[in-house]
Amino acid sequence: MNWQLLKSFRNPQIVKELSVILDNRIALVTGKLGRPPVLMEVCGTHTMAFSKTGIRSIVRDKIVLKSGPGCPVCVTAQTDIDMMIELAKCPGVILTTFGDMMRVPGSYSNLLEERAKGADVRVVYSPLDALKIAREFPNHEVVFLGIGFETTVPIIAMSIKEAVKQSLKNFSLFSVHKAAAPVISVLIKDQTLNIDGFILPGHVSVVIGESGFSFMAEETDIPAVIAGFDPVDLLQGLIMIIEMIVEEKKGVGNQYTRLVKPEGNQVAQQAIRNYFTEVTAEWRGIGSIPGSGLVLKEEYAGLDACRKFSVQAPPARKVKGCLCGEIIKGKATPFQCSLFDKACSPVTPVGPCMVSVEGTCSAYYNYDRGGNW
Amino acid sequence: MCLAVPSKVIELKGEYAAEIEYLGNRRDVSITLVPDVKQGDWVLVHAGFALEIIDEQYAAESLKLWREMNDELAIT
Repeated sequence: MNWQLLKSFRNPQIVKELSVILDNRIALVTGKLGRPPVLMEVCGTHTMAFSKTGIRSIVRDKIVLKSGPGCPVCVTAQTDIDMMIELAKCPGVILTTFGDMMRVPGSYSNLLEERAKGADVRVVYSPLDALKIAREFPNHEVVFLGIGFETTVPIIAMSIKEAVKQSLKNFSLFSVHKAAAPVISVLIKDQTLNIDGFILPGHVSVVIGESGFSFMAEETDIPAVIAGFDPVDLLQGLIMIIEMIVEEKKGVGNQYTRLVKPEGNQVAQQAIRNYFTEVTAEWRGIGSIPGSGLVLKEEYAGLDACRKFSVQAPPARKVKGCLCGEIIKGKATPFQCSLFDKACSPVTPVGPCMVSVEGTCSAYYNYDRGGNW
Repeated sequence: MCLAVPSKVIELKGEYAAEIEYLGNRRDVSITLVPDVKQGDWVLVHAGFALEIIDEQYAAESLKLWREMNDELAIT
């Protein structure tokens, strides 16, 4: 393997030629449907990649490309965010988190504000860094905010394994982890969305495999394609999904074969099963979805921050005018929100979709403003 | 959040860790999720862990597929 081969997935010449092929396929599908196809990407990293590479804007008159509930920070329920802020306020707690969470607005405050007021909140690159902090500060309670889909969950599971091995008594996890498949199951049943095809999350699929989405062929006629994140991947993914729509194929195609195996990464799947159990979880804008939340199993209750600390979140406050809930479902675009690019910007985010770099509002703000949408 | 980068495995450091390089940056990552990894492999790295080994053959095939599509379009 060499870097040149991987770099080809970003080659401008290939991108140019693929765009011509895509245009050809779009003409076919538009002729068949009598209207532009409606596609949805269900991954925050795809939302960001489609905007950043400019592909969203080059296809915007030809494909209705919706952004779905794929940003883990954005889909986290307000009460869970308020709980995280309450945990940060507990005396003796060092709260560790991925950077995305710091500025997410709670009902009354955010983690950055709490840190300014004296709370010990630290951004880490890996949960292993949080374990290191726990070893260094044995008299403090170190809490890690577990947030993310199946891509991230095995990594947290391996860190829990390490915490058990090291007999760390002052480490715990606040898990709002979620599984992507159950929310896609909800989306395919939503008649009002009228989706013709889904672009499925590439890195979630690295873990759960093509087989993780095999339920789609049974539950719906809507086709789906697992795609990677470089410009060539995105265009190939669009071409593949459009061909499936034209040929009336259902099931799941795989563009990202260099990383996604039919069975996925079974070591990672086993790690999830060893430490986590499925529960009903609350999603912002969508409500509760059975089997979509992943929390620590009963035998690891000692490492579960929810059981270790008896904190109560204050009553959640809804921000007037914020459309994050509708945007997450793909029922509104950021441009339809009256706060977008006015009261709400990356500097002064009102809702979570503007905070996370993978949030729909943030991606559209940074790369897609100024067009006639 | 699911952002992950392709990185080259420079050196295995025992059973559980490896030194990887991405765009000139080197760091140690856990290889507990990819037990078959070898020195010289390219891996997908997410939050301090190698998540999967990149398959060279499939990478080359994806690109070949595009060339075939392109040729087909030139003919039609």
